[in-house]
Amino acid sequence: MSSLRILVPIKRVIDYAVKPRVNKAQTGVETAGVKHSMNPFDELSVEESVRIRGEERSPGGVEDICVVSAGPAKAQDVLRTAMAMGADRAIHVELAEGEELEPLAVAKLLAATAAREKSNLVVLGKQSIDDDAGQTGQMLAGLLGWPQATQASKVEFGADDSVTVTKEVDGGVETVRAKLPMVITTDLRLNVPRYASLPNIMKAKKKKLEKVKLGDLGIGNEVRLKILKVTEPPARQGGGKVEDVDGLVSKLKELGAL
Amino acid sequence: MFSAARRAVARPATAAIGRVTLNAYAHQRLLSALAILEQRQGQLSAGSLSAVTAAKAIGGTVHGFLAGASVKGAAEEAAKVDGIDKVITVDNAAYEKGLPENYAPLLVENIKKGGYTHVIAANSAFAKGVLPRVSALLDSQQISDVTSIQDDKTFVRPIYAGNAIATVESADAIKILTVRGTAFAAAAPGSGSAAIEEGADPKAEATSEWVSEDLAKSDRPDLATATKVVSGGRGLKSKEEFDKIMLPLADALGAAVGASRAAVDSGYADNSLQVGQTGKVVAPEMYLAVGISGAIQHLAGMKDSKVIAAINKDADAPIFQVADVGLVGDLFEKVPELTEKVKSS
Repeated sequence: MSSLRILVPIKRVIDYAVKPRVNKAQTGVETAGVKHSMNPFDELSVEESVRIRGEERSPGGVEDICVVSAGPAKAQDVLRTAMAMGADRAIHVELAEGEELEPLAVAKLLAATAAREKSNLVVLGKQSIDDDAGQTGQMLAGLLGWPQATQASKVEFGADDSVTVTKEVDGGVETVRAKLPMVITTDLRLNVPRYASLPNIMKAKKKKLEKVKLGDLGIGNEVRLKILKVTEPPARQGGGKVEDVDGLVSKLKELGAL
Repeated sequence: MFSAARRAVARPATAAIGRVTLNAYAHQRLLSALAILEQRQGQLSAGSLSAVTAAKAIGGTVHGFLAGASVKGAAEEAAKVDGIDKVITVDNAAYEKGLPENYAPLLVENIKKGGYTHVIAANSAFAKGVLPRVSALLDSQQISDVTSIQDDKTFVRPIYAGNAIATVESADAIKILTVRGTAFAAAAPGSGSAAIEEGADPKAEATSEWVSEDLAKSDRPDLATATKVVSGGRGLKSKEEFDKIMLPLADALGAAVGASRAAVDSGYADNSLQVGQTGKVVAPEMYLAVGISGAIQHLAGMKDSKVIAAINKDADAPIFQVADVGLVGDLFEKVPELTEKVKSS
């Protein structure tokens, strides 16, 4: 059984609890002065990786947990958070402020990183809550030619490098098995991420954070989708309240819903 | 003289019209979409037919694609759907479970063979797993969860949990999209008689293995396509109460049952019933939210419903800002009363 070299890609996004506002120029969402944090699905990836080691679930053990993020300087904040949660080291792929990568470009960047770091397991969030694309993990698996298990709610390790993953699918769950190296994407039910304790946050400051440029990985930022405009969704007006159940029933009938 | 003048004016105009028509025709002939259809044990999945509706909007030819252990029945069903020009089938048990490791190369082979400009699938768990892999193999940037097709390269999709709507233009030669089922109604089986043709089978190795599945069984309508949905949240307090309060209401209304993330996390309802950014997106005729506050992640999954009703004891709950009709009150009292009144009416 190979020991695991886990690569955990993470993304800094607008905090999930913040209601995003479209900017005046209709080119995107206002990000300046808005609270950002680690993409919630990526917290699950970090947590799962740390648990695989802590619970000694992999027969070959865990040799390395490396987190990677592509973004502006502030992306280092989420990398430090991941290290405070238990990741060993971090790679920051530096982008200019406001520069963004499409999922295909991220997948290419991760494929190069996985090769460079000799990773045999990549654990990603199933989607980022900003772009909501849900593509990167599957694209990465395609580029690497590795098996994939998406929307994982349970990950188990067996003999001979086999990994059994229970996936959330429409209508229930499905279980698949594959061999390392592989790509797993996390669903919300996988685990409950820990909070980083203050001592661990302090320790994380001493962990290694390597900075690289896209070019160092042999990647360019090729944009395939031009954003023509970003708009607010049509606003919905609350229709007011009724006094009792009879009022509810008659209003629903009036609206043609009953 | 008058007629000569008219001819002089008319001639270039006619020529121009002729040119436009020819261009439009040539353009249209270049467009061809492959709609990925899903089947299970030979049964065509109706939900996947929203891919056909979207493919028709592109404006070129539309082929359907089906693969699995025994696809003949599903192919015959698909061939009747209006708008499908041809159904491509690959009969091979290796594809029955839709494992991305061999299904993606299968699709790539058939996309290349057919020279398609567009590949479209309904945004199901299957498509979410397979299509991005296909996109990477074809070096194309996929466009996920499309809600509107403006033209053959311009698409609209929600971002930030539906809090912003992006219009994007794709520069890729092969455009790969998943479409939101509630934005493109499933194409109805009609009287069509499309040709059924065998596709290419590259017989790629499946590097993963399907072990088992556990699907929630229910006689109620499917959540994603139901015309009425009743959804319960944290306010239900326990699984027993959830079942006792919500299920009779759903049955009285003939509605599907949904749940908020809080209800799912607390074990009140199965995860497959979760409505929201990370669960299902629904847009029924009526959505009744019971004991759900209305967090943005939940609203992302239901705010396109035609009529939204809410029952909540907190008069300030955000759900009331989007609800067409709201009732402030104790759900344990109000819902059984509502169930009785619906039954007796």
